[in-house]
Amino acid sequence: MDTFDVIASLIKVVVVFGAIILTVAIMTLAERRVAGFIQYRLGPNRVGPWGLLQPVADGLKFFLKEDIIPDNVNKPIYLLAPVITIVPALMTFAVIPFGASLEIAGHTVKLQVADINIGLLYILALTSVGVYGLVLAGWSSGSKYPLLGGLRSSAQLISYELAMGLAIVGVIMVSGGLTFNEIVAHQQATSWNFWKQPLAALVFLVAIFAETNRLPFDLTEAEQELVGGYHTEYSSFKYIMFFLSEYANMITASAFMVCLFFGGWDIPFVDEAALGNWGVVFSVLAFAFKVGFFLFLYIWIRWTFPRFRYDQLMRLGWKVMLPLGLVNIFAVGLWMALRA
Amino acid sequence: MRTYEPRFWDRFYLLALAQGLFITLVRFFKRKDTIQYPEKKHVPPAGYRGLHRLNKFDDGRIKCVACEMCQTACPAHCIDIEPSAAPWEDGEERYPVKFEIDLLRCIFCGFCEIACPKDAIELTEIYDFSAYTRDNLRIDMEGLLKVFDVTKNGNVYARQNRGERIEVPIAR
Repeated sequence: MDTFDVIASLIKVVVVFGAIILTVAIMTLAERRVAGFIQYRLGPNRVGPWGLLQPVADGLKFFLKEDIIPDNVNKPIYLLAPVITIVPALMTFAVIPFGASLEIAGHTVKLQVADINIGLLYILALTSVGVYGLVLAGWSSGSKYPLLGGLRSSAQLISYELAMGLAIVGVIMVSGGLTFNEIVAHQQATSWNFWKQPLAALVFLVAIFAETNRLPFDLTEAEQELVGGYHTEYSSFKYIMFFLSEYANMITASAFMVCLFFGGWDIPFVDEAALGNWGVVFSVLAFAFKVGFFLFLYIWIRWTFPRFRYDQLMRLGWKVMLPLGLVNIFAVGLWMALRA
Repeated sequence: MRTYEPRFWDRFYLLALAQGLFITLVRFFKRKDTIQYPEKKHVPPAGYRGLHRLNKFDDGRIKCVACEMCQTACPAHCIDIEPSAAPWEDGEERYPVKFEIDLLRCIFCGFCEIACPKDAIELTEIYDFSAYTRDNLRIDMEGLLKVFDVTKNGNVYARQNRGERIEVPIAR
């Protein structure tokens, strides 16, 4: 690794981190704006032109709010829990390729922070770590409702992690590799995995909704029964860390979905290599557009479907999604065996 | 009673989910009904029962004769009238020296309007009166007459939407 690589990596880290934080800020506005539009109203439009400065106002408000630590909390764990949640949320994006390779002065720069050979497993492992933060936050708050919220989040995780894993297995089988570059390259060479395995894509889509605790599966913070869930006792900046990690998880999950089933940075019917470095720009734009669509889908679904009840969620996870995942693996295996 | 029997495709949920998503997407692009409140005001329909006013004759004399019919008819007991001899020689002999309405108690039923034999008390279209103290929501005779002055020339909100500056007389 020479100086060029080090500098390139540093730039990529800063750019990716900045992009995530910026996207989170935009998402807080988009969430409210889309909600308004779906409900025949306008949403926030008071701060700045078209309400564009709303995220700044929100952020300032969170910083200026009083930081409260209740008496009964287990202080070290209480303070650590938001950190445990946010670190994996920001780390997971590292292995996701967000564009084709760039050629600069004879060096090939992969538009990906870290190209490790177990990229998929890395993401699966880290997204499960995040839930420790939620459970610990619930437990250390010294209050019953946060505890219930934290426990729910872990139960929800195991209901969905298996279905999610099974949905990915089919993709790994056809692409023959665990790195995202291999998976995307395979989809570029043939066709998007979505067309080949729509069932797996569907199972995966539902699973990431549950994984990121978004409606209709936001049982960890179901307000009407749990008074706010695991973060009830959190305020100001500690709360915004949970908030940030939830949105960062949504971005990563959307990128994950795009890479696995929607060709990553691939633009259909266009050969990016022929366009040179301009092709890279377009590939990044294509990737951003696809991720943006799934982020919109998150909000769209939130304001369309009612929340699941807890047992319904478990039943869906164990009795519907898991068998569907197995069916998909069986079908893919059969197809591969017949073709071989 | 109509019951819901799921069709074959409904049992897969997916079609129903897609239908739901389609409905919200269509709404996303439709015209928005929002009224930008402080800048634009909702014009209530005719017959809306808002803030009260006391009517005046053309020469500026109050129409009210302090008969206390409205006070008697009021189910919320929010009207407080003190009658006295009129200060003028010709015309009506009775005259209110005090006419107060406690707007916090008023239920805006319009019974006072119906009970009034002289068409003196009326409810107007004004809905956005507010105050920071309870005392400021007791409107006196002077205030009620001022409401008449601002409302006599047509709907206040329609005029405000056209850019006219009209202050609603409630102490804030």
